[in-house]
Amino acid sequence: LLLLLYTNAYGLYHMIIAFDELKTDYKNPIDQCNTLNPTVEKVKKIKRVKIAIKLVLPEYLIHFFFCVMFFCAAEWLTLSLNLPLLAYHVWRYMSRPVMSGPGLYDPTTIMNADILAFCQKEGWCKLAFYLLSFFYYLYGMIYVLVSS
Amino acid sequence: MSTAGFNSQNGTGTGQTYANGPSQNPVAPQQLPGVGYGMAHQPTYNPMQAKAPPPPAHPGLYPSGPYQPVTPVCSYQPGPPHTSYPAASGQSLLTRPLMGGPPSRTPPQSASPGPRVPAAHATPPPPAVSSSGYYTNPQHPMAPAWQYNAAPQPMGPPATISTPPRGPVAGHVNPASSSTGPPPSTAYSPAPPPPPHVSHNVTQPPGPGMSRSPQHGYTQPGTAPPPMTPMAPHAYQPNRAPYGPPPTGPPPPTMKPAPLPIGLPMATNATPPPPRADGVPPPQPGTPGLHLGHYPSLPPGYQNTGYQNASAPHNATSPMHPAMQHATQPYTQAPPPYQQPHGGPGPAQLSPSLAAMSLQSTTPEALRVVNLLQERNLLPPTPIPAPTPCLQQDLQKINCHPEVFRSTLTSIPQTQSLLNKAKMPLGLLLHPFKDLSQLPVVTSSTIVRCRSCRTYINPFVSFLDQRRWKCNLCFRVNDVPEEFMYNPVSRSYGEPHKRPEVQNATIEFIAPSEYMLRPPQPAVYLFILDVSHNAVETGYLTVFCQSLLDNINALPGDSRTKVGFITFDSTIHFYNLQEGLSQPQMLIVSDIEDIFLPTPDSLLVNLNECKELVQDLLKSLPTLFEKTMETQSALGSALQAAYKLLLPTGGRMSIFQTQLPNLGVGTLQSREDPNQRAAAKDVQHLSPATDFYKKLALDCSGQQVAVDLFLLSSQYCDLASLGCISRYSAGSVYYYPSYHHQHTPAQVECFQKDLKRYLTRKIGFEAVMRIRCTKGLSIHTFHGNFFVRSTDLLSLPNVNPDAGFAVQMSIEENLDDMQVVSFQAALLYTSSKGERRIRVHTLCLPVVNSLSDIFAGADVQAITGLLACMAVDRSATASLSDARDAMTNAAIDSLTSYRQSVLTIQQPGLLAPACLRLFPLFILALLKQKAFRTGTSTRLDDRLFAMCQLKYQPLVYAMLMIHPALYRVDDLSDEGALNISERTVPQPRVLQLSVEKLSREAAFLMDAGTVMYLWIGRNCHPNFLTQVLGVPSYATVPDNLYLLPELDTPESQRTRAFVGWLRDQRPFFPSLQVIRDESQLKPTFMQNMIEDRTESALSYYEFLLHLQQQISK
Repeated sequence: LLLLLYTNAYGLYHMIIAFDELKTDYKNPIDQCNTLNPTVEKVKKIKRVKIAIKLVLPEYLIHFFFCVMFFCAAEWLTLSLNLPLLAYHVWRYMSRPVMSGPGLYDPTTIMNADILAFCQKEGWCKLAFYLLSFFYYLYGMIYVLVSS
Repeated sequence: MSTAGFNSQNGTGTGQTYANGPSQNPVAPQQLPGVGYGMAHQPTYNPMQAKAPPPPAHPGLYPSGPYQPVTPVCSYQPGPPHTSYPAASGQSLLTRPLMGGPPSRTPPQSASPGPRVPAAHATPPPPAVSSSGYYTNPQHPMAPAWQYNAAPQPMGPPATISTPPRGPVAGHVNPASSSTGPPPSTAYSPAPPPPPHVSHNVTQPPGPGMSRSPQHGYTQPGTAPPPMTPMAPHAYQPNRAPYGPPPTGPPPPTMKPAPLPIGLPMATNATPPPPRADGVPPPQPGTPGLHLGHYPSLPPGYQNTGYQNASAPHNATSPMHPAMQHATQPYTQAPPPYQQPHGGPGPAQLSPSLAAMSLQSTTPEALRVVNLLQERNLLPPTPIPAPTPCLQQDLQKINCHPEVFRSTLTSIPQTQSLLNKAKMPLGLLLHPFKDLSQLPVVTSSTIVRCRSCRTYINPFVSFLDQRRWKCNLCFRVNDVPEEFMYNPVSRSYGEPHKRPEVQNATIEFIAPSEYMLRPPQPAVYLFILDVSHNAVETGYLTVFCQSLLDNINALPGDSRTKVGFITFDSTIHFYNLQEGLSQPQMLIVSDIEDIFLPTPDSLLVNLNECKELVQDLLKSLPTLFEKTMETQSALGSALQAAYKLLLPTGGRMSIFQTQLPNLGVGTLQSREDPNQRAAAKDVQHLSPATDFYKKLALDCSGQQVAVDLFLLSSQYCDLASLGCISRYSAGSVYYYPSYHHQHTPAQVECFQKDLKRYLTRKIGFEAVMRIRCTKGLSIHTFHGNFFVRSTDLLSLPNVNPDAGFAVQMSIEENLDDMQVVSFQAALLYTSSKGERRIRVHTLCLPVVNSLSDIFAGADVQAITGLLACMAVDRSATASLSDARDAMTNAAIDSLTSYRQSVLTIQQPGLLAPACLRLFPLFILALLKQKAFRTGTSTRLDDRLFAMCQLKYQPLVYAMLMIHPALYRVDDLSDEGALNISERTVPQPRVLQLSVEKLSREAAFLMDAGTVMYLWIGRNCHPNFLTQVLGVPSYATVPDNLYLLPELDTPESQRTRAFVGWLRDQRPFFPSLQVIRDESQLKPTFMQNMIEDRTESALSYYEFLLHLQQQISK
């Protein structure tokens, strides 16, 4: 379980990195990168968006799985802590842009400064939440082990 | 009473009186809120006004209008005259010098004022009135015109008196106006005291009666008289307001440098203005108080408004002379009485005031305070020029042309917080690939760029010495390459700053091979034609084939140019045009689920080698499908096939579609409910129904394929979904609603001309555009048709000369220590000749740190254009009502901010800086634009097409869509005409979009960008009908006339020259529709009368009141 959570946090971290790259990359394309090389740039960019898209669903699924596990274990407190995020995920996915495949992010709007900033902020917040819960679960697990 | 007040004002106390006035005003505003303009003024007035005043007020305004017709200047003057009258004494003194011209005007104006004034006295009771009332009567318009005529007569008597004042006013206002200033001075000397009274009285008197009603036409008989009186009060109030502003104006002066110089020159003409600016303002405040007493009796401010309006027009007319205008406006604005005070001070202090002027010159014209509630004729008679950034002259001279590169704020705020405080959007509007008559092209093996940020060297870099230059975007110091030391133009060595790159803000480089990822692609054109039953019915195929046949040699390209054709209904038809075939071979693919190319190599053929086959095909195509009964349309599959065909090369595909795709992939359903077209509430289905077209567009974009969409449909086609195919692939959308080859000849002509332009215009392939800006600024959002590939990079598979872009900017770091910032747009493309080229535009703008400077640099057209783009986005992501609210709030916020942060003296009324005086009007126009209107029946596709155009059109054309230009064309004269290539093009003035400006005896041309309407009044002069339209009488004007007959009469030549000139200015072809009063198109024409009230929308005046209410909250 812990491992899963860790994976999740790790995945999210990558997502943040991806967004950060999206934002900062090419803004200061210091000598290293020939800005006139659109293909390379483009491939990279689209890859990043795809990474982000690919990471979203697993993250949601893992989180959902956690919630189910807490429910089964009757860990009501922990579950209640996680429910808001679950609700947020559901809402977020319901209000995603029109698209035929799975995914949250629309490549045509992701470069909009507002949306990019929002996605980044969202990523950081969730990362913090996952880390805190990770330590909380760890503490809970050790506590259980010790007390039993 | 009033006279006494005036006198006192004039004498010395004017200042004091003004002061009083202001105080009063405040009170009035409070009460007024409910009412309208009148409200702003004193409460007492309001009551009065409320009753009947409003109408009068309008009349007042109208009168001014009527005058205007006579002469642009005059018209303005009419309004001003009134004000001027009062001011006359003071103004006259001031203005006298200038006045030379004014006299002429003065008579008419004065005349009107005279009558009015009396009325005012009498009418004061008419209270308030309802501005709305005026508006409400949409029909009155006609009347106004009459009134104009009538007005002069009434004026006669008063005129003598009033004239003098006007003269002065005129002088102030527009030097340009012919009226002579001198008269005023004289006049007022005698009349000074009286004039004021007179003016007041006059304004009202006219109302009393007849004079007004006639003049005002719109006021209409009954209302007119009462209104007049109300008006008078208003006038006074307005005056106050104006006064207030003037004072404030001086403080702001930041702009001064540039404006002042200008102003001064102008001033010479209008010397009076300066006085106003300086001394007048203070006096005014005082006067108000005095007036107050009078005012109460006086009617609402309408008259004043009228005056003001008049003055405003002057300003408008004489935009050039900022100083003048400032001065004049205040004066003009101030009701006559007030003006007198002003004038009084002016005369008395002439020399001092002048001195002050020079000092104050600091107050830029752009910051002159305008009370929108009182000034009606704000619209300048000529197209509005872009404001000039406040830069050093040498920089200004080489700055990028505003039609190519324009900023919403010509002075960039130093910090984001300052920008937030100003509540105005910061952004750029670009037209990067515009057809330019002069474009320096540089061929050089090394293109000099900053090593750090890759900025192209431009005129705004600084040379530290002969060998080093400092980038103006990232401030890195770079070396000047050896090659750059040699100047090919002057053939001299060692003068890098004289190179063309450093002398031109717009320049084109021919790029060396480092700028290519692959060999430049050939020009490839693929045409995808709908040949279903529906399409054949419209008859577009014939027109298309004929156009292409005619222009086949004019297609941009070189020896490698390729063309291909695909037709589709429920199956996809390919055409094998391979060299050697005796005739084109049609290949039908009916497996639309899994599309494939039957013979990949021979579908796209070299145009030069296979021209005959192509021509054969074009000749046989229209007959080939004549009898088809296939009604289905498999557009999605056809697009996939086309994409596969263009995959290896990139290029352009042009889709001609006439119905909703209803077979195979990309199928769309009809989402429009015709009963909801006029819904006052939210409009649904503004966003795409499927992402099929978007994904395909992104694929196309990746392969350098652009998709242009021609939609010729009489039914709903879901442009929201279909449009995505063009939007993300940098294509363009053309829409011909209800196209039919017999029933809509105007559409056919339009389609033909558009096609010709489309086929022959310049084109750039595999393009990217990067917008760089000085460190600290960043790009927030892009608007237009493209795919955003990076935060500052747009991917444009094709770029065409008719595409505009907009960019929202934000300030990420404080621009402390910077005097100027620069923006550079670099467009890298492959020309149709296979050359890789880079077109670079650089814009340099000053940085300021005070709110007043920011307001002074606001570009109202650019702001409107950017807001329209933002509103289109908002309608798609949120809702239409959200977008509408956002636009209204934009106006409220910026005016509130101006009032709270820039104005030092709080006054009643709706105050705006002169540069933003048209802002509420444009916002209202946007709200009534097809794209955003509610309550009026609008087809979803029409709405979406309007939205596309707002985002995609360059600003000049978008502005015409938003706020059409109205001209009176039955009395075109060669006066002030332009001479273009031996043709004389008359230049009638632009009229306000209000029915009041129409006249049954005249003909009007409305230029709405993509369409022009020629409206013929019922009693239109027979001369115009016979000489221009070639018909004997009004009744015989055909209903579907869309061409002006080529008659050999001077009237016809003038009219055709004018219409032709308007058409030549834009790349697309606006169709011309002649409209009679009974015509079915009349509602369409009337919907463009945005200043009038409609069933579902506010009139301009009501909208201003709404703004005022919100602002005073």
